[in-house]
Amino acid sequence: MNTENFIQTLVADGLQPVIPIGRKLLKALGAASVLAMLSLLIRHPRPDLIHAFSTAPFIFKLVLLLSVSAAATVLLVNTARPVAVGRVHWPLLMSLLLLAAGVMVELATVPAQDWRAHLLGHNPVHCLMCILLFSLAPLGCLLLALRYGAPNRPALAGAAAGLTAGAVAATVYALTCPEDSPLFIATWYSAAIAVIVLASAGAGRRFLRW
Amino acid sequence: MSLQQSAAGSGLVHVTDLCAEKANVNISERDKHWGELMDQSLEGDGDSYQRLLVLLTVAVRNAVRGRVRLAGLEAEDVVQEVLLALHLKRGTWVRGTPVGPWVAAIARNKIVDALRRRGRREEVPIDSVLETLGFDESRYQDQAHDLERALARLPPRQRLVIHAVSLEGHTAQEAATRLRMSEGAVRVALHRSLKVLAATFGTVLNEH
Repeated sequence: MNTENFIQTLVADGLQPVIPIGRKLLKALGAASVLAMLSLLIRHPRPDLIHAFSTAPFIFKLVLLLSVSAAATVLLVNTARPVAVGRVHWPLLMSLLLLAAGVMVELATVPAQDWRAHLLGHNPVHCLMCILLFSLAPLGCLLLALRYGAPNRPALAGAAAGLTAGAVAATVYALTCPEDSPLFIATWYSAAIAVIVLASAGAGRRFLRW
Repeated sequence: MSLQQSAAGSGLVHVTDLCAEKANVNISERDKHWGELMDQSLEGDGDSYQRLLVLLTVAVRNAVRGRVRLAGLEAEDVVQEVLLALHLKRGTWVRGTPVGPWVAAIARNKIVDALRRRGRREEVPIDSVLETLGFDESRYQDQAHDLERALARLPPRQRLVIHAVSLEGHTAQEAATRLRMSEGAVRVALHRSLKVLAATFGTVLNEH
């Protein structure tokens, strides 16, 4: 087929308005958040949730996780395009600094012999598994939307989707989790999210090539 | 109107510097025009889209030619592959940003893919390589074959739809009447075939 005829074909297929990838991904993020919230049906919010909203560590935890979710979304939208728009890494950097600051404050205020108890909490492995479980449906949702993207680096785009899904799942899980220690979060929440990021990067390398 | 000015040899740096000002003006005018066409195309305006694709084809052809000929690839095959990617991924362009760099990024990706496939083809029997030595390439100048091969793999119904809109120049509506399908079904079949073609470019064509 010559190129002129081929252009005709493309024009014939191009007569509907196109939804930009950014909007597609934000819609997927909305769906992902709802799916993560549904996890609250199998694991109920902590009983002292109302009271928790008036405690600093809990508020810090929520702000931190929401900021990671937002930073990951910026990264996700940008890795989905062949040309990055704007500076994409600094929001994530800010979130990490926030986490580091929280850990510093905790280490400075809690006596050294209690560090271990704060680090391990009550059931860290359970927490890790819950975040992994909560993130599965949101991740699927984001990866499906990413198929409409044109990432220069599919593995990186996959990783960004994993980070977003992991952060959203962790935010919802945080409502059920009795642990508010920054040390605990920096260790176990991060570990869970890291697993998701790695798995999703692998999925991206395979399924997001275009 | 090269898409990647950086490709100019390092010995010519001062020459490019001299031209830079003029080139920048041209490029910004060009990007403005492309941007307007792109805006309208994304709204579903067929005339703008047609004009845009014709302009982009010329630009992409320039970028592709020198790069793939050396590797013994048919330039027009790669041009068509790039056009298809631009079409399917046009939602990744951000309104208000220059179109040129976006086109260049997608084109580069597809050129690299094509060269990589060529690299894999190179590993097949030495006899086939011997046969192509001294091959008269001029006879095949600017002939595209990959698309035909990919089309041949489509299910008959989808092939008919592509045939109707491309070679016979029908609109989706006319094609629908002619093929006794609903217009929606034609649109879906058309879009699905293009996606399949994009995937096929990357896989089955190594088998030759």
